Amino acid sequence: MTERHEHVNYLNANYGIRSWLLTTDHKRIAILYLVSITLFFFIGGAMAVLFRLELLTPQSDLVTLDTYNKLFTMHGIMMVFFFLIPSIPAVLGNFLVPMMIGAKDLAFPKINLLSWYIFIAGGALTLYAVIAGGVDTGWTFYTPLSTGFLNTHVITAAVGIFISGFSSILTGLNFIVTIHRMRAPGLTWFRMPLFVWAHYATSIIQILGTPVIAITLLLVGAERLFHVGVFDPNLGGDPVLFQHMFWFYSHPAVYIMILPGMGVISEIVPCFSRKRIFGYSFIAFSSIAIAVFGFLVWGHHMFTAGMSVYAAMVFSILSFLVAIPSAVKVFNWTATMYKGSISYRTPMLYAFGFIGLFTIGGLTGLFLASLGVDVHVHDTYFIIAHFHYIMVGGMVMAYLGGIHFWWPKITGRMYPEGWAKLSALIIFVGFNLTFFPQFILGYMGMPRRYGAYAPEFQVLNVMSTAGASILGIGYLLPMIYLTWSMRYGQRAGDNPFGATGLEWQTASPPPTHNFEHPPIVHSEAYDYEHVEEMPVVG
Amino acid sequence: MSEHVVPIKTYVIIFLALLLGTGVTVWASFADLDFQLSGHTFPGSVIVALVIACTKATLVILFFMHVKYSSRLTWAVVIAGFFWLILLLALTMNDYAFRGLLTYPSQ
Amino acid sequence: MSDNAHTSPAVATHPALQHHFDDMEQQREASSLGMWVFLMTEVMFFGGLFLGYLVYRTSYPGAFAAGSMTLNVTLGAINTAVLIGSSFTMAMAVWSAQMGKRGLLMMFLVLTMVLGTAFLGIKAVEYHEKWETHHVPGKYFQFHEKVPGTDVPADPRNAQIFFFLYFGMTGMHALHMIIGMGIMTYLLITAYQGKYGPDYHTPVENGGLYWHFVDIVWIFLFPLLYLIAHRGGH
Repeated sequence: MTERHEHVNYLNANYGIRSWLLTTDHKRIAILYLVSITLFFFIGGAMAVLFRLELLTPQSDLVTLDTYNKLFTMHGIMMVFFFLIPSIPAVLGNFLVPMMIGAKDLAFPKINLLSWYIFIAGGALTLYAVIAGGVDTGWTFYTPLSTGFLNTHVITAAVGIFISGFSSILTGLNFIVTIHRMRAPGLTWFRMPLFVWAHYATSIIQILGTPVIAITLLLVGAERLFHVGVFDPNLGGDPVLFQHMFWFYSHPAVYIMILPGMGVISEIVPCFSRKRIFGYSFIAFSSIAIAVFGFLVWGHHMFTAGMSVYAAMVFSILSFLVAIPSAVKVFNWTATMYKGSISYRTPMLYAFGFIGLFTIGGLTGLFLASLGVDVHVHDTYFIIAHFHYIMVGGMVMAYLGGIHFWWPKITGRMYPEGWAKLSALIIFVGFNLTFFPQFILGYMGMPRRYGAYAPEFQVLNVMSTAGASILGIGYLLPMIYLTWSMRYGQRAGDNPFGATGLEWQTASPPPTHNFEHPPIVHSEAYDYEHVEEMPVVG
Repeated sequence: MSEHVVPIKTYVIIFLALLLGTGVTVWASFADLDFQLSGHTFPGSVIVALVIACTKATLVILFFMHVKYSSRLTWAVVIAGFFWLILLLALTMNDYAFRGLLTYPSQ
Repeated sequence: MSDNAHTSPAVATHPALQHHFDDMEQQREASSLGMWVFLMTEVMFFGGLFLGYLVYRTSYPGAFAAGSMTLNVTLGAINTAVLIGSSFTMAMAVWSAQMGKRGLLMMFLVLTMVLGTAFLGIKAVEYHEKWETHHVPGKYFQFHEKVPGTDVPADPRNAQIFFFLYFGMTGMHALHMIIGMGIMTYLLITAYQGKYGPDYHTPVENGGLYWHFVDIVWIFLFPLLYLIAHRGGH
């Protein structure tokens, strides 16, 4: 396989570690993020392996209960703040948003690089907290447990998360300005790919929500250091105030995680149905609606915390409303597939997985929005199953689908289709075996965050752990074959899937400045009627 | 799009207005401005102070920060930011203000 | 929307034009929008503190009034005037840049910094007085005042929360002022180097936006912290 016929692209334009660590090219920064978040994903996953092993037996026999607390805490922190929140925006968003709008780069390339360094700094500090002995408050840092009672590394972890929050803010800021100010001639808002709309909506949440958790974490640190009653009732503070401030961000945060995933699905489904997307403007507006409504529902995490019942009812009805725009998207994707010419390539398999599993996760969210149900299943495994269906069944599948879909564009190589399909299947089976039993466990009353549990829960826990091991294999396989494909994969052309979108009009991998000639847009986004049949490749 | 240059006179007027607002705010805190309305006592000084503060902020935003002469997008960003702050405050106080309004049915 | 086909050679070769922008107009609009979006994150950041203030003031009105009474209104009011003045001089600095008057620009930047320093100096005096009277939250906190208008001693635990918010909010504000002084220094140096003119002064504008924002935060902090209690002595 000769290498010398390669055109100059962003990967081979410069060599050497300095050209990567000091790059301002959004595509290289996306790769830097890709490597970093993969590392954090596997660290968080390792925590999960350990506590799922512990949960094979009802007693606490593998690790002590204190260690168990640390394991699930660090799993949550790593996965939420250092994998899920950056994932699609920092990797696929960074790489694709400028290309999809026909720009040469993001509006602020140096700030983009800075955001990665900030992310690494925050992650390193949090990792230090792990190595130095861990945190055991749960990723939610509830007070006064986190501020007055424990001697674990709360402040270190809180500062690490605080720092990484700036990375999120800067990424969102960059996207908003880029999308407003750098679109190619002819690219009106309603001709943009829905992936861009999704990232715009996500960026709004990042901008308006992240600062609130920033100040909240600072206040937790201050209370721990100065023993002032910000949140500690013994000192005159209100622990429910902490929960209000924490969830004001952390609920919209879950929409930061899922909206980009929905954007990915909106790109994959039309391509592999060879059909324009159904209800473009509905999907676009629903992204914005999710971003806005997502800020109005945070109280549903606090139904049992001692909040005013009236306020709980208000949050409950708002939580029902926020499901509507998500449902709109699911209907539209399905309608897109209707009478389409479906191709069961790997990205489409992930899209199918997403749509089914996200729907289950979302519907169980509606159960939880009902006060009556939530009072019973709050803090049980039902909640854990609910959010893992959305985050893992939804988000991670969308992420993997997106990685596969755009892999040829990013690396110039095709992934091996057979292995990729197999992995997708293994992931789907492993995922359901891991998390479906947890719905039942929660409904039966098994509490979350318990290292030792009642013996009647053991069978389902064993099933769940078995599923987790299958899921683990499913995640390892893409690591291996995608890495393999970078050197030995079949070379990809500019547009191996016959997709619409400006990013497919340039070379794979793209040149550093993205386009040889700045594109001008004449048509709407998913013009599959006028694209030829999907080429049969790899 | 050429940039709008604000006349110096406008800046001076706004500056004086801001100083005047500060003076009135301090005066109000020394005066007895409480008033009764349908059985409740309202702290007049606080209301005056907050109204003036909001007015001052608006003047700074419109004139010193040039928002009056800026694009609709800038207006949208500013309004969205302050609206979100109101959301945070209002929905949280919705909890605190109504504790005890309703209770869960007891056994 | 960018207009990328009609740049004149003179504009396209402006030394400050960055490679990924089509023209100075697009760059200026992008920078300005970026600064505004950043300021909205600051609104939400301070907003969290304002929420804490709102919740605890409504919960502990007496202790908060008592704590507020111990703050120096005169110094607070002077500081408000000082900051408003600095916003005025900053606006004039931007005006000078728009008119291409380098000397005036530098003068107004210096004036802004002088007023900013005065603000920080007065704040230091106030903090020192609070330290002397044991009103700094923590191990040495003591509070023996009565709730204004009554004979009831204020709850020192709740008063400590007031002072925590006082130091937290004014301290966070002061930190932003210090960063602002750093920004002013950078602007002064680059203005001296002749980098700004009528066709390019975006950093001055954006620095101004930041400075005005910090002023607005203080505009709210002053009445909320200093003027809670009736000071008419009735």
